[in-house]
Amino acid sequence: MEKTILDVQNLRIRYGGSTTEAVRGVSFTLGRERLGIVGESGSGKSTVGRALLRLLPGATITADMLRFDEVDLLSLSEKEMLKVRGRRMSMILQDPKFSLNPIRRVGDQVAETYLRHFKCSRREAHEKAVAMLEAVKIRDAERVFKQYPHEISGGMGQRVMIAMMLLADPDLVIADEPTSALDVTVRLQVLTILDSLVRDRGIGLIMISHDLNLVRNFCDRVLIMYAGKVVETLKAVELDQARHPYTQGLLAAQPRIGGTRQPLAVLDRRPEWLEENA
Amino acid sequence: MLFRRLRVAGFAGQLGSIAITLLGLLMLTFFIGRLMPVDPVRAMVGEDATRETYEQVYASLGLDRPLYEQFVYYLGDVLTGDFGTSIRTGQPVIQDILHVMPATIELATFAIIIGALLGVSMGVLAAVNKDRWPDHLVRVFSLFGHSMPIFWTGMIALIVFYAHLGLVGGSGRMDQFYIGLVEDRTGFLLIDSLMAGEMDVFWSALNHLILPAALLGYSSSAYITRMTRSFMLDQLGQEYVTTARVKGLSQRQTIWLHAFGNIRVQLVTIIALAYGSLLEGAVLIETVFAWPGFGQYLTSNLIIGDMNAVMTCVLIVGVIFIGLNLLSDILYRIFDPRTR
Amino acid sequence: MTADTHTRSLPGWLIALKNIVVFLMRSPTSLFGLAVLAILVLTAVFAPLIATHDPYVQALGNVLQPPGNGHLFGTDELGRDIFSRLVYGARITLTIIFLVSIVVGPIGLVIGTSAGYLGGKFDTVMMRITDIFLSFPSLILSLAFVAALGPSLNNAIIAIALTSWPPIARLARAEAMTFRKADYIAAARLQGASTSRIIVKSIMPMCLPSVLIRLTLNMATVILTAAGLGFLGLGAQPPMPEWGAMIATGRRYMLDSWWLVTFPGVSILSVSLAFNLLGDGLRDALDPKQMNRR
Ligand SMILES: Nc1ncnc2c1ncn2[C@@H]1O[C@H](COP(=O)(O)OP(=O)(O)OP(=O)(O)O)[C@@H](O)[C@H]1O
Ligand SMILES: [Mg+2]
Repeated sequence: MEKTILDVQNLRIRYGGSTTEAVRGVSFTLGRERLGIVGESGSGKSTVGRALLRLLPGATITADMLRFDEVDLLSLSEKEMLKVRGRRMSMILQDPKFSLNPIRRVGDQVAETYLRHFKCSRREAHEKAVAMLEAVKIRDAERVFKQYPHEISGGMGQRVMIAMMLLADPDLVIADEPTSALDVTVRLQVLTILDSLVRDRGIGLIMISHDLNLVRNFCDRVLIMYAGKVVETLKAVELDQARHPYTQGLLAAQPRIGGTRQPLAVLDRRPEWLEENA
Repeated sequence: MLFRRLRVAGFAGQLGSIAITLLGLLMLTFFIGRLMPVDPVRAMVGEDATRETYEQVYASLGLDRPLYEQFVYYLGDVLTGDFGTSIRTGQPVIQDILHVMPATIELATFAIIIGALLGVSMGVLAAVNKDRWPDHLVRVFSLFGHSMPIFWTGMIALIVFYAHLGLVGGSGRMDQFYIGLVEDRTGFLLIDSLMAGEMDVFWSALNHLILPAALLGYSSSAYITRMTRSFMLDQLGQEYVTTARVKGLSQRQTIWLHAFGNIRVQLVTIIALAYGSLLEGAVLIETVFAWPGFGQYLTSNLIIGDMNAVMTCVLIVGVIFIGLNLLSDILYRIFDPRTR
Repeated sequence: MTADTHTRSLPGWLIALKNIVVFLMRSPTSLFGLAVLAILVLTAVFAPLIATHDPYVQALGNVLQPPGNGHLFGTDELGRDIFSRLVYGARITLTIIFLVSIVVGPIGLVIGTSAGYLGGKFDTVMMRITDIFLSFPSLILSLAFVAALGPSLNNAIIAIALTSWPPIARLARAEAMTFRKADYIAAARLQGASTSRIIVKSIMPMCLPSVLIRLTLNMATVILTAAGLGFLGLGAQPPMPEWGAMIATGRRYMLDSWWLVTFPGVSILSVSLAFNLLGDGLRDALDPKQMNRR
């Protein structure tokens, strides 16, 4: 692992109006690698992702360290943060049906990323956007450019989303369940496109997911979260050697092709995992 | 193709239902007219007319016919544009109303511009600062505007801004001195005076317009504010807003370049509706400001009990209301790419 | 044990009401609304005790006196004490509110629930009628009715009532339609309960709370319309101390004697603002998302 681009130590997040912390002391570092975050619903995965971009209005975020490259994300002013978002760190959201503005042309939305961060003409941004749409394997990019979100398919929408988020060539991309809203058949296709772009450009990736198998195939390292805490960190290839009972439970609850036909194991949750020093 | 045809069918159905509503409207005004305790024949022939004249007029008005037949006649009259004559002016009522209408439209249009600017900006401000002090402030400010009896606020404003501070013109559409100076072409004084090149009249008219329009606008802004706030809150919770933020857009850019576009259509709809209910405030404020418009025409005829004039006014307000509803529907179809 | 059964035997709606009031008390604006309305009711009830003068007695030697000198808000053009007139005017305002509510509530409830429960032609016709009524601003339609019936306080109340039932009916209809499919209604039908019995015994009580709330929300409009009618000379007639009519007569003297129009206006404003603030609070109180968040 070369240089770390992200260093998170003891991150704690509390939503406004809530009495308990949604994230309770998460620590990890990230190089130019692909990190998976897995955990059940409500374990705080998205919250961590959004906190990195400081997109949690009203929430209280504290950490011993929240360093991205050379900048301290916690002390950055909102104005400086605007230069980080989209340009150096971006995020692919879950469902293209909702995460694209329904009344603006797809291409304009992609080009906007470029216009925001580089001094250039509209035409230049247009060309960049079209090239990027082609890079995510959209045929007839000029035509798609002019379409509205409701006119394109989900898989296409998610590729547009990827194009939009990679256009300014960021150092880190957070993908929050990038394919869970898609048809199983296009999932792999979209992930492959994302994977190859991230590898080619040497972009750091945080992939948030429910799906252990998917993370196993597309990530180098995996973080297992439970109730706002990281219970275990593993290399993807060593996932089977997980020691924590929760991870083992997760693995056991995965259906496998050709596996035994016994009922899937039910996740076992123990109250002691919730404790601060578990 | 099928989809498009269905949409046309929907539109036709809507027109049909509007026609039914209009018919109902006519029925309502007709029957309110019949409720009147005043005897219309007596009003026409005078107290000491002979029994024969009375009967004659009675029959000539068709009052000896059954009610439904009278309604059919009324319907026929209305459809041919005959709304009867005004007792006071002796002119056809509709002509009188068309004559006073521009003054009211000028006032109401100015008012809705003020109300929309105020309401939309306050609504956005409140939504962005939900549950913080700007939100509470906006809520109280706009409810205050909604709660004031506008005829009273009008008087107080006249005392303060006209009598004491001398900042604005008083009652009427322009200073006494200028009346009759500008030829009545469109009826809209601002336009007429500009066309005639009479800048003094123009400024005087604007000076007289600003206070009643501001009050009307303020009172109508409460509804616009509330709706803007709730539309905006809806949008701010959407994922595409997060997308825009992730791309590095500031909060302001996100709101105006992304979220606002998505509430535009809804805003047009409610502003059209607010415009209709402005007419209500206009009736009262015109009385206070001696504004020679529709509202004053209506109230002055109410007092002398000229039912022809009153019912026609009511009918026209109803038609305007329905028309605005239809208009907002059409605008919806035009503006929203999803319905194109 | 006894305490437990006691709380449990409290009717559900009373508990709900208590929760709502507690919620309202927590917001300063709603509290203001509640306070003003409490003052209004107390003033109306104890008017003879609060008023310093007889509201109708003229004192022609003492006209247009500015506030002070034994007249808290001054005197009007006939030398009557404005404060006392306002105090008695509270009774008129309360009467209007009360009468409109007891006319509009039942009419809206009956029409709305029957339309919603029965559906079909009756529903279509009824909704068409509400459409027609809703295509006028309420003041304009009230104007028309008063013009036809003749100007008086009673006619103004009738006119306002006639124009304010449609929104209530719409609301009741929407509610009734959601309850229509409920299992216990089907059960009642199977037991052979008649349609009118089902509507009266099962549907109406369910729709009642939201109708009551909607009535509260409408009160600000009712008060402003009544005042507007009074101002135009179509509502309460002199010498009744109705606030809108007081403004109308005070108008002639407003430049020199500001107190004639100022105090009645402030009274109208406070009461309608109180209802609006309360309505706003109620809206929040009944929004389940809001309720849980605080
Ligand atoms: N806006 C919010 N306000 C208050 N609490 C929130 C908010 N968003 C999330 N939470 C809480 O924070 C916790 C973590 O939520 P988060 O969305 O990060 O989970 P997640 O792991 O991404 O779940 P999922 O797999 O369902 O997306 C949950 O308990 C959730 O209830
Ligand atoms: Mg999530």
